[in-house]
This record gives sequence, C-alpha cells and structure tokens, in this order.
Amino acid sequence: MSQISPVLWQFLSKWLTHFALFPPEASKIAPQLDALYFFILLVSLVGLTIVVLLLVGFSVLYSKERHPVAEQIEGSTLLETTWTIIPLGLFLIMFVWGALIYFRVFTPPANAMNIYVVGKQWMWKAEHPGGQHDINALHIPTGQPIQVTLISQDVFHSFSIPAFRVKREAIPGRYTTVWFEATRTGTYHLFCTQYCGTGHSAMIGDVVVMTPDDYKKWLQGSTSGHSLAQDGERLFASLSCNACHNARPDARGPSLANVYGSKLTLSNGQQVTVDEAYLRQAILNPSEHVTQGYLPIMPTYQGQISEEGVIDLVEYIKHLDSDYRVQQTTNTTTLLPESEGKAAQAGGNSAAAPGKVNP
Amino acid sequence: MSDSTAIAHGAAAGTHHEHPPYLRHHFESVDQQTDASNFAMWLFLLTEVMFFGGLFTVYMIYRNWYYPAFSAASHQLDVMLGGINTVILITSSFTMALAVWCAETRKKSGLVAMLVVTFLLGVVFLGIKGHEYKEKWDKHHFPGASYSVQAFVNPASDPLQVNAQGKPLAPLAPDMAARTEMYFCLYFAMTGMHALHMLIGMGILIFMIFRARAGAYTEGHSAYVNYFGLYWHFVDIVWLFLFPLLYLINRH
Amino acid sequence: MSATIISLPDQSTARIPKRNYLTQENGILSWLLTQDHKRIGLLYLMSITMFFFIGGALAGLIRLELLTPQSDLLAADTYNKVFTMHGIIMIFFFLVPSVPAVLGNFFLPMMIGAKDLALPKMNLASWYFYMAGGILALWAMITGGVDTGWTFTTPLSTHYVNTNVVTTGLAIFIAGFSSIFTGLNFIVTIHKMRAPGMTWFRLPLFVWSNYAAAVLMVLGTPVLATALILVVLERVVGIGIFDPTKGGDPLLFQHLFWFYSHPAVYIMILPGMGVISEVVSTFSRKRVFGYTAVAFSSVAIAVFGFFVWAHHMFIMGISSYAALVFSLLTMLVAVPSAIKIFNWAFTLYKGSITFETPMLYAFGFMGLFTIGGMTGVFLGTTGTDIHLTETYFVVAHFHFVMVGGMLMAFLAGIHFWWPKMTGRMYPEKISQLAALITYIGFNLTFFPQFILGTLGMPRRYAAYPAEFQVLNVFSTAGATVLGVGYLLPMLYLTWSIKYGKIAGDNPWQATGLEWQTQSPPLTENFAEMPVMDHEAYDYEWLERQKEKEVASVG
Ligand code: HEA
Ligand code: HEA
Ligand code: HEC
Ligand code: CUA
Ligand SMILES: [Cu+2]
Repeated sequence: MSQISPVLWQFLSKWLTHFALFPPEASKIAPQLDALYFFILLVSLVGLTIVVLLLVGFSVLYSKERHPVAEQIEGSTLLETTWTIIPLGLFLIMFVWGALIYFRVFTPPANAMNIYVVGKQWMWKAEHPGGQHDINALHIPTGQPIQVTLISQDVFHSFSIPAFRVKREAIPGRYTTVWFEATRTGTYHLFCTQYCGTGHSAMIGDVVVMTPDDYKKWLQGSTSGHSLAQDGERLFASLSCNACHNARPDARGPSLANVYGSKLTLSNGQQVTVDEAYLRQAILNPSEHVTQGYLPIMPTYQGQISEEGVIDLVEYIKHLDSDYRVQQTTNTTTLLPESEGKAAQAGGNSAAAPGKVNP
Repeated sequence: MSDSTAIAHGAAAGTHHEHPPYLRHHFESVDQQTDASNFAMWLFLLTEVMFFGGLFTVYMIYRNWYYPAFSAASHQLDVMLGGINTVILITSSFTMALAVWCAETRKKSGLVAMLVVTFLLGVVFLGIKGHEYKEKWDKHHFPGASYSVQAFVNPASDPLQVNAQGKPLAPLAPDMAARTEMYFCLYFAMTGMHALHMLIGMGILIFMIFRARAGAYTEGHSAYVNYFGLYWHFVDIVWLFLFPLLYLINRH
Repeated sequence: MSATIISLPDQSTARIPKRNYLTQENGILSWLLTQDHKRIGLLYLMSITMFFFIGGALAGLIRLELLTPQSDLLAADTYNKVFTMHGIIMIFFFLVPSVPAVLGNFFLPMMIGAKDLALPKMNLASWYFYMAGGILALWAMITGGVDTGWTFTTPLSTHYVNTNVVTTGLAIFIAGFSSIFTGLNFIVTIHKMRAPGMTWFRLPLFVWSNYAAAVLMVLGTPVLATALILVVLERVVGIGIFDPTKGGDPLLFQHLFWFYSHPAVYIMILPGMGVISEVVSTFSRKRVFGYTAVAFSSVAIAVFGFFVWAHHMFIMGISSYAALVFSLLTMLVAVPSAIKIFNWAFTLYKGSITFETPMLYAFGFMGLFTIGGMTGVFLGTTGTDIHLTETYFVVAHFHFVMVGGMLMAFLAGIHFWWPKMTGRMYPEKISQLAALITYIGFNLTFFPQFILGTLGMPRRYAAYPAEFQVLNVFSTAGATVLGVGYLLPMLYLTWSIKYGKIAGDNPWQATGLEWQTQSPPLTENFAEMPVMDHEAYDYEWLERQKEKEVASVG
C-alpha cells in the first residue's frame, strides 16, 4: 500500500494537471470545424439515446415476465420510412456542411504567405521564403494566413497540427497545400500522422505561434543569409539552366520571366496555368508537357536536385520579373528578413515581397 | 429425433436407385449438380475478371499519362509474333470447343486428340512468348536496374523503332524515354499473369488427357471438360484484350 | 424460472444421439480430409480462435507499451511490427473468416435445408489455403516481422522497409483464396441448393447477410490480390508501378488496396448482422420487424460498399471533387445500417423477451455498433475527417465496429448455436458474467481513445506526448479486463463440451430449419429432406408443430 499510494498520487496529479477533453482552438478554422464536430456529436448522442431508450424500454415493457406471449407484427412502412429518411437527411446536412469546411481548409486565400515544408524520414523541414529553416518546428505569426506547400522526399507523411484542426498528406513527387491562420500565440503540437516507418512517432515538433512583432524578430534572428529565391538563382546558374533560359533572342528555351501565373499552350494543344506544381514538373519531367513552339530538348533533372533545391528553383522562377542579369549581381548582404517582416505585418501579398531578388 | 418439418417423400425416395456414380451425395439430382457447378465456374471466372480488371485499370491510367512512351515502346513488340500467337490461341479455343463436343457425344479418341492438340497449341504459344521474353531480356528491356532506354532516346540505333514507312521514329526526351520502363513493367506483369494462367491450364490439360484416355469424360459426365473449356476460353479472351492493348498501341 | 425460454430435455434420461457428424468417423485424418461443412466449420473455429489469441496477445503488448509515454517496453521498430501483425492477424486471419467460415459454414446449408455446401472439396481447400496463409504469416512474424502497418502503404512497403513484406504479402494473397472459395461456395449454395419451398423471402436473414458478404468476397478479394502481387513484384524484381521516381503513382496502390479493404469491412460486419437478426428474433419470440427492409439493406450495403473506398484518402491528395462524391456515397451507405438497428429495436416491440447470453451480446452489439457507426459518419464527413483522420479516433471507430460490433456478434452466435454444434449447453450464469465483463472492459479500453483522437493523438505511435498518458492508462486497464472477458468463454465453452447440460434439439425454441433436427446434427444434416412450408421466424408455426407432437406422443 505504501508503494502504491505514491504511484496513485502521481497519477492523480497528472490527471488534474494534464487532463483535457478537447484540444485548444488556435486557428480561424478551428471553431468552424468544431461547430460541425459538435453538431455530429449531438446527432449521435440523440440517435444513441433513442436507440438505447428503445432497447431498454422495450426490454422492460415486453420482458417475458410482463408479456408472456409475443404479438406477431410484420413491420410498418410508415415507421421504416421515417427511420430511413431522418438519418439520411441528417447525414446529408453533415455532408454539405463538411464539404464547405473541407473546401475552406484546402483553398488558400490569395494573400497567404507561403511556407514550404519538406517531409523526410524522420523530420520536418520548413523553409520560409526569406531562407529561414525550421527543423521539426514551424514559426508563424498570428493574424496572417499561412499556406503550407508540402512535399515528401521519400514516403507518405502527414502534416498535422491538432490545435489548428488541419492536416495534409506530404506525398512523394507532388506538392500538396493546406492553409491556416493562427489566432492564439503559444506552442502547439506538430505531428506526423501518416505511418512512415521506424521513426514515425519521433517525427514530431512544435508549432510556435508568435505575435507579428516577435515573428519579425525571429525572422531576423534566424536568417541563413540568403533567401530561397537567391539560393535558386545560384542553382540556376550552377546547373546551367541559363544556357537555354536566358531571354536572348537565340535562346533554345523559353524565357522564364513572368511565366509564373501565366497560361501556357502545350504542344498537344492543352492549356495550363503555371503554378508551383507545374514548375516542379517542368524541371523534373520536362517532356511530359512541352511548351508549344519548343522542342523537347530540355534534359531531366530528376535525381540531380533535392526537393529543397527544386523549391529554391521554383521560388526563383516565380519571382523572375524581367531581367535575367540579376543573377550576376547576387548580393547576399541586403537581405530579406526585413521586407519579409514588413509583409507579415502588413498582412499583404507577402508571397511577392521576398521575391524581389533585385535589391 | 424430432424432424417435424414436412418431408418431400417423392423427391427424396424416387431417385434413390438411379444415382449415377458421379452424382455427389449432397445433391438431389444430376441437374442440380450440373447447374451448381456451372454457376460456380462462371463465378470463378468473375473473380478472374476482377483480378485482371485491376491490372487493366493500372494499365489504362499509365497509358493515359505516358502515351508517347507507351506507343514508342510498343514498337519493340513483334506484331507478327503477337498475331501468330493470337491465331494460335483462337485455334486452341476452337479445338477446346471440339473437345467439349467430343466429350458430350462420347467420342473418346476424338476427345483425347483434341485435348492433345489444345495442349500442343498452348506449348507453341508459350514457346513464342518465351522467345519474345528472351528478346526483351537481351535488349535490357526487362524492368529493373539494368533497364536501358537506348532504343527510345536514339531510335536510329534500333531497327525496330521505325514507322510504317520504315523511317526511324522521333526520339523521346530522356524523361519520357524513362517511362517506357513502366510500359515494360506492365507488359511483363500482364502477359506474365496470362502465361501463368496458361501454365495452370496446361497442367490441368495433362491431367485431363490421362483421365480421358481412361474414359473418364465420355461416359455421360462431360461436365469437367466443359468447365475447363470455359476457363480456356477465358484465358483466350484475356489475350484478345492484351494483344491490341500492348502490341497495337499506335499501329492502326 | 419463467424468465427464460431454455427448455432442456430431462437430464436424467437425455442422451446425445449416438450417430452424429462428430461420431460418424474417427481419427485425425477423418477431420483433415473431411468434406462435411460442419467439421470444416469446427476446423475453422479452432484455427481462428488460435489466431485471435495470438492477435490478442499482440494487442496486450501494444497496450502495455502505451502505458507510458516513452517507448520503453518495446523499441519503436518492434512496436511497429507488433501493431502491424496485430492488424493483419486480426483482420485477415480472424475477423474476415470468423462468422462466415465458422458459423456460416456450419449453419448456412442447414438453414436452407441442404445437405452440404455445393462444393465440399473447395470448402476443404479453403481451410487449407487459410492455414497455409496463416502459417506463412506467423513464419514471417517469427523470422523478423513486418512493419508496414496492415495497409502496406507504398512506397514505404515497396522501397523503404527491410522486413518480411514479400512473405506477408504472399500469406495474405494465399489466404485470399480461402475467402474467395468460401464466398463462391455460399453464393452457389444459396442459389442452387435451397430446399423445396425455401423461396428467397423465406430465407433466414443470416443467409441474406452472408449472401451479401459473399458477393463482396468474390468481387473484392481478387483486386486485393492484384495490389499485393504488384507490391511483391515491385520488391522482388523492382518493377516501378508504385515508384514515383519511375513515374509510378504511389496513391494508385491505395486505390487498389481500399477497393478491397473498404468492402472488406462490410465482409466483416454483414455476417455479424445476420447473427443479430437470428438472436434478436429468437429471444423476443417475434419475426424480425420489416424482414424485407433488413434483407435488402444487406444487399444495399454490399452494393454501395464498393463505391466509397476513397473515404480513406480524403487528405491524401485525391481531387476535392472526388472527395465530395465519396463522402456523399459514404453517407448513403451508412443509412442501411441505421435501418437495421431500428428494425432490430422494433423487433422487441410487443415481443416476449428473455435475456440469455446471446441476447446480452446482441444488446452489446447494438449499442456499440451504433457508437462505432456514428463515429464512422464523423470520418465520412470530409470536414471533420481532416482533423480526425490518422488519429486514435479512427482506431476507436474501427474497434467499436469490429470488436464491439462483429466480435460481439460472433460471440453471440457461438453461444446461440453452441448447443447445436456440440449437443450441450454452455453454463448460463458465468457466460452472462463474461458478457458483462466484455462490455465493461470494451468501453473502458476504447472509449478513451475517442477523446485521445479528438485531442489529436496520432495512431501508430510508439511514444507519445506525456499529456495523453492518463487516457492511455485507462485504455490499457480496460484491455486487461477485456482480455479476461475473452478468456472466460474460451474456458467454459471447452469445459461444457464434456460437462455441459444436454441441450436437446431445440433448446431456444427457435424456428430455423437448423433447429428442427437433432443436436449435434447428422452428417447429412436432416434425416429426411425438409420442405419449407412457412415463412422465416414463424413462431406460430412452431407452436402448432409442438402441439402436434405432443398430441401424437400423448
Ligand atoms: C467492421 C468494420 C467496419 C464497419 C462496419 C465500418 C463502418 C463505417 N465506417 Fe469505418 N473503418 C473500419 C472498419 C469499419 N467501418 C476500419 C478497419 C477502418 C480503418 C482502416 C485503417 O485505416 O486502418 C475504418 C475507417 C473509416 C474511415 C476512414 C477514416 C480515416 O482513415 O480517415 C471512414 C471515413 O469515412 C469510415 C467510415 C465508416 C462509415 C460511414 C461506416 C458506416 O457503415 C457506419 C454505419 C452505421 C451507423 C451510421 C450506425 C447506426 C446508425 C444509427 C443507429 C442511427 C443513429 C440515429 C440518427 C442519425 C438519428 N471508416
Ligand atoms: C478484428 C480486429 C481487431 C481486434 C479484435 C482487435 C482487438 C484489440 N485491439 Fe486492435 N487493431 C486492429 C484490429 C483489431 N484489434 C487493426 C486492424 C489495427 C490497425 C493496425 C495498423 O495500424 O496497421 C489495430 C490497432 C490497434 C491499436 C492501435 C495501435 C497503434 O495505432 O499504434 C490498439 C491500441 O490500443 C489496439 C488495441 C486492441 C485491443 C486492446 C484489443 C482487444 O480487444 C484484444 C483483447 C484480447 C486479448 C487481450 C486476448 C485474450 C487474452 C489473452 C490471450 C491472454 C494473454 C495475454 C497476454 C499475454 C497479454 N489495436
Ligand atoms: C537544353 C536546354 C535547356 C536547359 C539546360 C534547361 N531548359 Fe528549361 N526548357 C527548355 C526548353 C526547350 C523548354 C520548353 C519546352 C518544354 O517545356 O519542355 C523549357 C521549359 C522550361 C520550363 C517550363 C516553362 C515554359 O515556359 O515552358 C521551366 C520552368 C524550365 N524550363 C526550367 C528550367 C530549369 C530550372 C533548368 C535548370 C535546372 C532548365 N530549365 C534547363 C530548355 C532547357
Ligand atoms: Cu512521417 Cu510518420
Ligand atoms: Cu472504409
């Protein structure tokens, strides 16, 4: 007994300090999703109560002692229709409501700030546009929509922040996105929820939500010296992409300036809008979508660039405005955390802000 | 014993004496038995349809995505050999149908002969298939570490990569050329599964040939020959889908 | 006591009939080569019980490891192997064959008045395939295990783990044949072997639900075979069908896998629902309320069940519109289950209810399956699934439907038909106690997991943040209770084979044809071929029969 009681005490104190029945609501979407959750919970409880009441009630009323002889009843079309239609109606409400939330979670607003996250066995690596890296962590400001563009370098992972009620699969070979807007500062769990091998349960981290000011400080404090786009610019030169993409009249490849967001016509007549995913594909599998007017001569870079490298290139191309010559004048000292911070503060189109490679 | 249910006296008692030896104890009549096993055979073929259906779905998806690679790679297949094999299989289906007819009309020697011919046609088919596999293997077109895209990035180096006029095909870009491996994955997986079904069928054929020589199927109970015939026709039909899908992608 | 319908023969004079399927032949070979559906059912019963306890021991290990937040009892890689094998064994080697291969095998032919299944040899082959697969899976477990999770997600399973994926994949592939054979046999038997007068709408509902499950087995399992073969080929020869670096799509595997594995969850629940129909009707002495609706809802579940598979992939990068369609269809497939629950509840209405063990388990089923099913609706709703997927909420959902639902139904069925199978009754009091223990233990184990999941605890975690510990301790404590609840039936049922009271032909006064013959039955089931001249669950017919008998004896 004397040994048991400390254990019990420990248990009790844990119960009291750590006990929660519901996760914190720390994002804009969280209360909306919870409303639906509680609606379904309510319907379930009512449904369960009805079922239990019927079972218990009939068991008491028609137990053999009370009701020795059963009356044979075939069924009742009216009753049966009732309990077909009512659950169906309720389920349909849940379906519509759920779909609305689903689309909200997976459709980022235009002014969202983009952060790339690469999942690999067994860590999360977040890349802020200003070049800050987060390992198994994610630093974000409140009040700013954040879009996370996810990709996995090896197997499926899943990027989950319960306090925000969002989760998205990181898939090998494909970008996926999710967005959220944090509302409360604090430190929240970041989990990998898709089983990904031995270290799955170690692939966890912290989401640190800060006030915009703190976030700005953090950005300045953890800069790596160059932004993603600048890294991309160097890669672009060292992989000699500029041998073909150089905007000269005799260039063998199309000019990439302003290509992001534009509409391209492919040689098979298809129309595509250039987004991150398209850029990634264009670098790794160029001949699967050849731009009209060009030959499929671009070599594939599959296996030669890491996912982080591709992200750098994509960021670079995204922010190419007109001038290829910037690459000769790369200057890593006048760097972006500041403009980054401004963007975050303004809550404006921060995606464009850090991209101004030309200082 | 209180079997209080009413009893079908007539049905149970009447047929008792005339049980042919092949009527299993739990069936009431030969009709019921034939009916049941026939139905079972069709259901079994349905499971096979689902099995190959999975493979065909995978094929269709990738063919859509990587059409240039698929059509270029299909030039590596010999339409001639594929065509011969198609004819062989159709013929074997025909001889199998004859075998069923022989069994039903109780022609023992005819049955044995037809089964043997069917078997031999199967051997020829697999022989040709084996020859084709060997060719692919030698050219490093078997998927895996040693896979080579040479023929597709440089069609001029390969006599098979030509169009109907004998001109070399346009080269594939390296990344698309790499997708030809996917074509060969599916080629080997699908024809391999088909060949496996042929092998199983031929194993059963050998068994049936011996039984037939002992007179097993020509004494009124030809059902097994019939069921096997269904199986053989099914394997044949699978090939009739595989042939155009794999060999004739852009050679209308 | 009037609160029971059990009517046993006078124990001092009653004897187990000398000639029955158990005494027909002797010796181990007579069992291993038997083509009698009843004996094959018993072979299955013994083997799935063995696998259940292996799977249960693994569950014990899982729960012990999760007692503390750190991964201290098992290292992470061992833990992963343990839950993988737990899932594989419980699903493929216990729950899928449980009711169909044991109770279905045994009783389906008897219920429709047939002497055997249509294809007895195939039936025996099915057991051998099952055993071969099972032994291969155990062998894979002993020689290093496999750590992919029961879902074999690519490219993890194809390229990133070094464990016995190929062996396990083949094991499941082989066991798949046993499932196909059973399903095929059921369909043929139900179509072609019904006794005279046994029309489709006189079939007991157990037959209907097994028929629906059989359709799923026959159409679904081959696709699982395709998926597994491709994984095996990818590992062995390196074909690239699911390899993103070769242009393959790893998601395609999940489409193929869930195309089987979603219908498989209905393979697992439908036969159990059949058992509940029989039990609820028998112990309330009433025809099942709305027989046709219950019968057709089984078919509806089977049909719709094929078109909802992608609800396991809502956040996996399928297109949002696909997610919509699959969510809508998931809602539709949930309705027939609700219909069944309410129809069973109303079967009690104006009945004359008694509470023997099978009925207790059936009550357990109805409550727990409602919870499990409604939480399935949480997951089928796209919005809430984002938060709940891949957490313990899912774990709790499927244990509620599979353990709280199907396992309870299986135990209900085992107790219900035990007197018919062995000729002897199980001990009533202790079995009621066991049912109660199971119920309490079950809720204690799995209810906290709903809260854990809502809080965000991911599944398949060997270690977890400390704040989740309290609920995990509850869960582990519950698993211990649950373990006792499952060991008890094992013990007293074994005991009763020798010492139980002699049951007589029809201890429950049930209406099914299987009860109108001796217990244990003859090898050919009926002394004379039965003719069905009344509806299913016709208790008035049964009364008349009894009167007639009394009149003719007296
Ligand atoms: C026996 C097995 C079984 C059964 C029957 C079910 C039944 C259902 N399941 Fe479940 N499911 C599993 C086994 C099962 N499931 C397993 C094993 C997994 C996880 C696999 C893995 O990832 O490892 C899973 C996962 C799973 C998911 C994926 C979760 C995720 O990974 O994100 C989803 C999502 O839609 C889902 C939904 C459903 C639904 C809607 C039903 C419906 O059929 C339920 C219908 C029943 C009811 C609705 C209850 C009765 C209703 C009432 C009594 C009415 C109440 C009253 C009113 C409404 C007024 N299940
Ligand atoms: C039919 C299916 C079935 C059944 C019956 C069970 C039964 C149980 N399951 Fe399991 N379970 C699954 C199917 C099933 N499970 C599946 C498919 C998964 C997913 C796997 C995956 O993610 O890949 C899973 C995963 C799973 C997890 C999640 C693991 C994780 O994600 O990290 C947990 C955790 O609590 C768990 C617990 C249990 C418990 C406590 C029982 C209890 O009901 C078991 C009770 C029985 C006993 C305890 C046995 C009887 C007693 C003895 C034999 C005495 C000897 C005991 C010891 C020596 C310990 N199961
Ligand atoms: C041998 C010349 C060559 C090199 C080297 C080259 N490209 Fe290209 N690239 C092309 C051509 C030609 C096209 C247009 C045809 C096509 O889409 O394949 C193209 C298309 C693109 C596109 C699609 C946009 C559009 O307008 O079509 C992107 C993005 C791109 N290249 C990026 C890169 C990057 C990044 C690198 C270096 C890592 C690179 N390229 C190296 C020749 C080249
Ligand atoms: Cu990464 Cu789990
Ligand atoms: Cu499902």
